[in-house]
Amino acid sequence: MPAKQRRVPIESGCPDGMQYMHPVMKRNFGQWHYHEDPKPGVLKHIAHGGEAIWTVRAGTQRILDLFTLRKLCEIGDRYADGYLRFTIRSNIEFMVADGAKVDPLIEALEGSGFIVGGTRNSVTSISHTQGWLHCDIPATDASGVVKSMMDQLIGEFRAWNMPNRVHITTSCCQINCGGQGDIAINIQHTKPPKINHDQVANVCERPSVVARCPVAAIRPAMVNGKPSLEVDERKCVCCGACYPPCPPMQINDPQHSKLAVWIGGNHSNARGRPTFQKLVAAGIPNNPPRWPEATAVVTRILAAYQQDAQDWERINDWVERIGWPRFFELTELPFTKFHIDNWRGQQKSLNASSHLRF
Amino acid sequence: MNKHQTPMLDQLESGEWPSFITGIKRLRDHHADPRIRETTNDLLGQLEHSYETIKGYWKGGTVSVFGYGGGIIPRFSEVGELFPRSKEFHTLRVQPPAGNYYTTDCLRQLAESWEKWGSGLVTFHGQTGNIMFIGATTENTQQFFDEINDYGFDLGGAGPCVRTAQSCVGSARCEQSCTNEHDIHRRLVNNFLDEMHRPALPYKFKFKVSGCPNDCMNAIERADFAVIGTWRDEMQVDQQAVAEYVAVKGRNYLVDNVISRCPTHALSLNEDDSLKVDNRNCVRCMHCLNVMPKALSPGSDRGVSILIGGKRTLKIGDRFGTVIVPFMKLEREEDYERLVELAEEVIDFFAENALEHERIGEMIERIGLVNFLDALNIDMDPNMIVHPRENSYVRTDNWEQEAAKWIERKNSAA
Repeated sequence: MPAKQRRVPIESGCPDGMQYMHPVMKRNFGQWHYHEDPKPGVLKHIAHGGEAIWTVRAGTQRILDLFTLRKLCEIGDRYADGYLRFTIRSNIEFMVADGAKVDPLIEALEGSGFIVGGTRNSVTSISHTQGWLHCDIPATDASGVVKSMMDQLIGEFRAWNMPNRVHITTSCCQINCGGQGDIAINIQHTKPPKINHDQVANVCERPSVVARCPVAAIRPAMVNGKPSLEVDERKCVCCGACYPPCPPMQINDPQHSKLAVWIGGNHSNARGRPTFQKLVAAGIPNNPPRWPEATAVVTRILAAYQQDAQDWERINDWVERIGWPRFFELTELPFTKFHIDNWRGQQKSLNASSHLRF
Repeated sequence: MNKHQTPMLDQLESGEWPSFITGIKRLRDHHADPRIRETTNDLLGQLEHSYETIKGYWKGGTVSVFGYGGGIIPRFSEVGELFPRSKEFHTLRVQPPAGNYYTTDCLRQLAESWEKWGSGLVTFHGQTGNIMFIGATTENTQQFFDEINDYGFDLGGAGPCVRTAQSCVGSARCEQSCTNEHDIHRRLVNNFLDEMHRPALPYKFKFKVSGCPNDCMNAIERADFAVIGTWRDEMQVDQQAVAEYVAVKGRNYLVDNVISRCPTHALSLNEDDSLKVDNRNCVRCMHCLNVMPKALSPGSDRGVSILIGGKRTLKIGDRFGTVIVPFMKLEREEDYERLVELAEEVIDFFAENALEHERIGEMIERIGLVNFLDALNIDMDPNMIVHPRENSYVRTDNWEQEAAKWIERKNSAA
């Protein structure tokens, strides 16, 4: 075959967003004064000069097929001004300069199956990962968990019932691409990897797999006359870090990979410093296609938060005020030895005081 | 075409939230191109197989476009003989415009290209911030990239390299914005395209830019290099709007939700319902500005803070980024040049000193922040710590010399 002339890439990098920006936003760039929340899913921003822009936010299925993408474009052209953006949680936002366009736009979106909401003190879209649809190391699906959970939480997406905003995330392995959340639903492996010793020597760079283990539980070994790896199962914390660089160390297990729920992760600096999420429940079955047990734990936590937290308290603020004994009492979740940290730096999570709650 | 039976996936079509399964089925059942119909049919088949066996069936590999070493997530099916039309199903990570702005025309253009070469599935956006074009064969990957690259889109990062960056809605539509997020985003990431397209760092390196301390981009937790807009003078208070707020919500609500929620007790309500702010003790947490956006605004002496080292658990545990630059102005061209220069110094040091698969936050934990600051020639500042050391195992041999540096800096600033 004759060598084809290969096209040299144009290394243009990140495109300039200004070319796609609504003219009202371009005109008032850096000149916004304040915003109002006329109703759930709608923001109205007012510039110092008096101009305003309305935003309508809607939840989507995140994995968009082209029919859905084109439907969103059609709605954008017919009912909005043709300008849109996506939030970090994959909500779509349409911007319009004329307030009279807001209601017809909402009607068109809802009429086409998109859910308007996700602003202010709602439960907004769940930030999630690829799962079985595309990831190489997932123990569960992401889109399916999220679809099932959002079907239950849809009323909270559309409303302003919560004390403050609620960000939920899911992750399909313990690397946790979903990130920190007020509530995070993450895979928690409970058994060490099962090693296919016939493949290790061919597939894995053994020293880098050894180096990858956070607790030094992996060491090189000859197994059945072949160079392989072995795991000290008493040391192993079942994190799965060895699996991506060495797929023969299978960590995912249909029965033993469970779901865990973590709460109180908060990226914002508002009130307190940003916080990491804390384990509250584990051992939840990884149960497709709708994972009802995971949704049940999440709705129980949300109900307690909604009832007991004060205005503006995020979940971490709420628990900081009421304390963990009360959290476990209100949610009726069991408190176990697994909740007590044994990793380095553990002492800062222990109660070194006589501040106690009864 | 024999459609795969998908009894488990079918159960994800009920309920009111938009269903991704219904979307994939639309491609399978109604798309004009048999290639897309057959690909999505086999994709559904494999996904159903995952749901039934509770196991994933994708493995990685090596796929890239001519001239680049990264930007594609290769996916080969481990059950390709059962589902041959989706056995190569790579994702292209494409960098979105800064701030994630699009026009419908722009999205349609991308949709047309993707329809020609891909599966018809796309996500705006992945967790790092890329447009994820999910599902192309090895051959079509190049074709699709060539086409969109011609009209201004470029691949993002994958692997041990500078990754695609993210910036918030920012100055374009937010009253809290303290800087030009999109400009910072593009200047930083577009300066490191070689490091993005040809992975050669110890591990990934992410930039994220949030225009204020609400940090909507999750930069402090998720970015190796977080840029956060802030201000250092007094916040702006419109006392008339404060009075209006009290009139509507009541004094009690203001005290409970604004005054008493200030983390440093820097707010109080005067007898005449005007707000008193102790600006020297305000830590720019944003809470009161969030509650009363009309009455309270960031100050006018604006700039950015820089925090280094955010990451998630693997390998040593979670780390937030920590402050290495409490405040820098970003107004003049030289200011931006200094920012890019700092990023270059940070990445150079990371490239030379981090271990394989070690993030910069882990490297700092291993060598200590002071060694990192010394290497970068950055002055120590009490804003970098929550409190001084509690552990007495420290050598303080040249205390006088170090104290003299502080005094000299203080004198020259005065």
